[in-house]
Amino acid sequence: MVRASPGPGPGNGKSSRSEPEASGERAVRASPGPGPARLDERVVADGLAGSRSQAQALIRTGRVLVDDVPVEKQRQTFHGDLVWLAHRTGLKGDLTLVENLEFERSLRAHSNRDPEEVYERLGISRLKKLVLRSLSAGQQRRVALARMLLSDVPLWFMDEPFTNLDREGRALVMELVEDHCSKGGMCVMAAHQDVDIDVPTTRVKIQ
Amino acid sequence: MPGIFYGLAATAKRDLLLAWKRPGDVLNPLFFFAMVCTLFPLAVGPSAEQLEFSGPGVLWVAALLATLLSLNSLFLTDYEDGSLDQLLVSPQPLPVLVLGKVLAHWLTSGLPLVFVSPILAITYRMPLSVVGVMMLTLGLGTISLSLLGSIGAALTVGLHRGTALLSLLILPLAMPIMILGANAVSLASTNDVYSTGIWALGAYAIASLSLAPYATAAALRISNE
Amino acid sequence: MWKWFHMLASPPHFYRISAILAPWLGMAGLIMVAYGTWQGLFVVPMDYQQGDAFRIIYVHVPSAYLSMMAYMIMATSGAIGLIWRIKLAHAVAAAAAPIGAGFTFLALCTGSIWGRPMWGTWWEWGDPRMMSELILLFLYFGYMALRSSIDDTAKADKASAVLALVGIVNVVIVHFSVEWWSSLHQGQTVFKKGTMDADMRVPLFIMLIGFTLLFGSMLLRRIRTEVLYRERRTRWVREMILSPEGDA
Repeated sequence: MVRASPGPGPGNGKSSRSEPEASGERAVRASPGPGPARLDERVVADGLAGSRSQAQALIRTGRVLVDDVPVEKQRQTFHGDLVWLAHRTGLKGDLTLVENLEFERSLRAHSNRDPEEVYERLGISRLKKLVLRSLSAGQQRRVALARMLLSDVPLWFMDEPFTNLDREGRALVMELVEDHCSKGGMCVMAAHQDVDIDVPTTRVKIQ
Repeated sequence: MPGIFYGLAATAKRDLLLAWKRPGDVLNPLFFFAMVCTLFPLAVGPSAEQLEFSGPGVLWVAALLATLLSLNSLFLTDYEDGSLDQLLVSPQPLPVLVLGKVLAHWLTSGLPLVFVSPILAITYRMPLSVVGVMMLTLGLGTISLSLLGSIGAALTVGLHRGTALLSLLILPLAMPIMILGANAVSLASTNDVYSTGIWALGAYAIASLSLAPYATAAALRISNE
Repeated sequence: MWKWFHMLASPPHFYRISAILAPWLGMAGLIMVAYGTWQGLFVVPMDYQQGDAFRIIYVHVPSAYLSMMAYMIMATSGAIGLIWRIKLAHAVAAAAAPIGAGFTFLALCTGSIWGRPMWGTWWEWGDPRMMSELILLFLYFGYMALRSSIDDTAKADKASAVLALVGIVNVVIVHFSVEWWSSLHQGQTVFKKGTMDADMRVPLFIMLIGFTLLFGSMLLRRIRTEVLYRERRTRWVREMILSPEGDA
């Protein structure tokens, strides 16, 4: 169960820094995993993962608790249970798909997923030996999604997962999220557009 | 392999793979090293005694500057493409991942310097026995340089004009290493006892190995929070 | 006692206390320095070996001592700020840096002036103490440069605290390695500072204490400015500025 409470930060949700991307409403969705989950107020994907982002200004002084223990006290376990799909994929353009995902897998030795299956699911099997730099933006985004699937962790943090994806890709993402949540996983997503997903969600709007 | 070193091996392997695909990044500092060694005789004259006398010092200064050049890009590409952020949320302890990166950095900058230095040393009329000492000091010294330099690189990653600042931060850290290394070689060239310098360099390397990764990890978290 | 400590760590309390403390320290320091200068310049007899030239130690030694003490203060308060997250500690570190750099520069200049009649040159690369002092100056510059290139104050505080801590270890190592180097190349300079006569020593202590008091006063004033800047959006600063007896 993940609970987040805002700290004595800016109360109206406005970030003190300027937002380079589109201003306006951002919708945050989350689907609960096993047991009741509550995500209060200003929870944004990047902020929870604990890394730098303009959104973090909103919850900089907030606190995140996992099973009632603050995250700072169990950072390693927390990181072991999550995967972060950020806007900048963190994949290396000079390396091939397989080389990139091999690296990710060796950091999480316990993954049980079959890579071939995942490639099939995401439609990138034929791109395996290609260098990432030569792939289109949409294809690179699919590789990032593959990375997320392969990590085999319960908690997904997704920042604008629909960027660069066509309609098929977007449907695929929603399918993956639904699958994940129905098997007991949890997903925290920050997205610009309205997303219809067939799982119980908590929505937070930030203006 | 014990669990904790998964991260070290994985990051080292990835960086080595990346260096393999862009050999220019490895060769550039080496050419720089050679060029600096060329500048000195051109500037102060090629007299034999001068060369022999200043050889150890010149070679060490050139090696230091070349390492400084290569340290610049230690975290730069990772910062730009988002992999640094991913390293920060990895389940592996950050000091271990840092050590992996520094290992790869040393293998692609320090170690090549060690093997290229004899060529330049001979042009400075260094006798072969002394060349051996030179390679030893460079080998030990570049280990410490890579480790300490990673602290500076972590503090300045993503900063505007970070390159100049990096040099300013690292040079005071690098000075003792250079003093020890260059003077050990000078002592060797006059057939004096030089073991103090070697032991000190070794101690420096071990101390850096145990402490620098933590400082670098702390600096990375601070720079990227 | 902890209550007093907590009070000191609170910016508005510190601001009030230092308003009283700073001028007193300054006055006391000024008086002692004046007395020490007069003693050092006119009263203390000439040195057997060095003639009148040695008199500059009355400025050189306090400067060198303060340059190192300032660094210690910088690094320690940075560490306190990092570990216990006390904001005022970071303000102390930021305030101490330029003062320390200034004293380092003063030590180098006075050392050079002293060296001219001693060594025959304005600068002797072989002297281990001057070399260590020079590297200390570079450490200060690096610290200040890092601070000024990070825009976010909190981030700059933490990064420079890490740098100062690494620097402290480095200062010790540099000192020893430069001494070793200097001993290798002996012959270029052998400069022994002999034991000092009692009447030479007393003014030196007076100058040391006087300089330290002045340093304390300067530091307090700089910290006050830092605190005002860092807390510029808080209520207590606004109230203080807008109140009729607004403190400047």
